[in-house]
Amino acid sequence: MDQFAVKVFVRLRPSVLDPAGEATKSASIKLGAEGIKSLRIGKMIEVKIEGNGENEVRGKIDLLCDRLFANTVIEDYEYSLEKL
Amino acid sequence: MDDFTVGVVVFPGSNCDRDVSWALEGCLDIRTKYLWHESSDLSDVDAIVLPGGFSYGDYLRCGAIARFSPLINALDEFVKSGKRVLGICNGFQILTESGFLPGALVANKNLNFICDDVELDIVSSKGGWFNNVDEKQTIKLPIAHGEGRYHCDSDTLKKLVDNELIALRYKNNPNGSSFDIAGITNEKGNVLGLMPHPERACDETIGGTDGLFTLKSLILK
Repeated sequence: MDQFAVKVFVRLRPSVLDPAGEATKSASIKLGAEGIKSLRIGKMIEVKIEGNGENEVRGKIDLLCDRLFANTVIEDYEYSLEKL
Repeated sequence: MDDFTVGVVVFPGSNCDRDVSWALEGCLDIRTKYLWHESSDLSDVDAIVLPGGFSYGDYLRCGAIARFSPLINALDEFVKSGKRVLGICNGFQILTESGFLPGALVANKNLNFICDDVELDIVSSKGGWFNNVDEKQTIKLPIAHGEGRYHCDSDTLKKLVDNELIALRYKNNPNGSSFDIAGITNEKGNVLGLMPHPERACDETIGGTDGLFTLKSLILK
């Protein structure tokens, strides 16, 4: 069995308004940061997972992302995978 | 009618289950039974309410974890049999997360948790959820949510409009919902999800009775 460290990034789709991102952008500007054009907030999920090779693990992570980690009506996801 | 029993689902974190039960039993004389989320036996209930609250602490996304409970797994067959399911607030979020209703509910546009009475237009009579004696076209119900902004893509919105699946629209959109949507039904009409709380408007002494029609319609065949 191989072990992998997976980082999943879940983001609101570009068409979905992100009010928390807007509020944080506004605070960033108040802090004095210049040049911020856009700021959107997502989630990062770290998973350690075992499997027989990368392909099998990718299959499991795809299922998790599609059915649980992200709601694909409003969110997109991508992930990176590192063999431990 | 005497034996008709409405199942009120209790998730860890539900907090409107007792209100729903009180409104059904006390105001409408309809028998209720609490259904723990780990139960998958729906054989002795005739309709189901998914109440408001914060199921599973709203972890990950509102309604996302509830979707995997044994009870929600059993709901598919219940819905297919034509029995009625009402999802209120968090219950509406669970119904969208689990695919019984299209779209999703996301954070309110102004980021506030909104607690207010709102005026709503009854848009569709599909499923008979808002049939009422006065044939009122506008009703007033309380809302209490932080993540009640209905969102869907334009194709889904067109389908909702074309098939008359939009049940309720806000008169003055409080949360930024697409097309002012406050509640929708499935195509068959036996599943209704709405952000406002009909169970909190069942007695004049606590601010109105416009919610009675919706709860009463649970007994419709």
